[in-house]
Amino acid sequence: MSPNGMNPSDEDAKAPLVGEAVLQQGDPSGLKIFESAFFDALKTSGYDEGQIFAIRLAMEEAIANGFRHGNDGDPRKTVKITHVINTTDLQVSIEDEGTGFDPEAVPDPTEDANLEIPSGRGLMLMRAYMTEVNVIPPGNRIEMYFRRDA
Amino acid sequence: MNPESAGLRVSDQNGITRVEFIEQNILDEANIQQIGEALSEVVDAQDKPRLLISFRNVAHLSSAALGALITVSNRVKSKDGELHLSDINPNILEVFKITRLDRLFEIHDTTAEGLAAFA
Repeated sequence: MSPNGMNPSDEDAKAPLVGEAVLQQGDPSGLKIFESAFFDALKTSGYDEGQIFAIRLAMEEAIANGFRHGNDGDPRKTVKITHVINTTDLQVSIEDEGTGFDPEAVPDPTEDANLEIPSGRGLMLMRAYMTEVNVIPPGNRIEMYFRRDA
Repeated sequence: MNPESAGLRVSDQNGITRVEFIEQNILDEANIQQIGEALSEVVDAQDKPRLLISFRNVAHLSSAALGALITVSNRVKSKDGELHLSDINPNILEVFKITRLDRLFEIHDTTAEGLAAFA
């Protein structure tokens, strides 16, 4: 019901898509189901292929870090994702059950001396592909923001 | 580790081992570990490994996949071998550039150029 006489379907199209998912370590099918719905929602909201590639990369890194580093691979622990998809921007929060980490202590993987080290690129990729990335102290929650016109 | 079960197609062409990813997405950590093991076995089986890895089918990868590739590269270097990458789509090539791994790896546009680049 629209109080201002707007067409309800127009209003629906502009409403943010809000969602939450709790993922379990070692449950790739749960992750796939979430991702498939999430990326479909982005597509429906008008995000193009390059934008979805960027968001997908950042999300994959954040979720993988949550499981691997945050939860230390403990299969009993979960990673919780909340998201708000607007046609203009996206907010995502990814939270693990770990004790957190200090983002300042992560060495720059693009330094010549670090290029041959196989790990440590997740956070820099999130920062490269999202408009804004904040590690919320104590470091077990990452908030990411993507603006489509950025 | 059977390369096929890790999602890899491995063949030999004039002394060069050609590796191709079968899957479109190299994201799942368990699968990446299998890929890493299968590639290590390929490298370990040769005195002086000569490896061309094609990304023709790959649409998405993660930093864990990059990590597996770096481990392979280090192993190949330690055996005085050669590793070349080819057929990387523009989105993924951007990932190599952002991480500056385009400096670590020798990347070629096509398989033919990759094959021609071996010493």
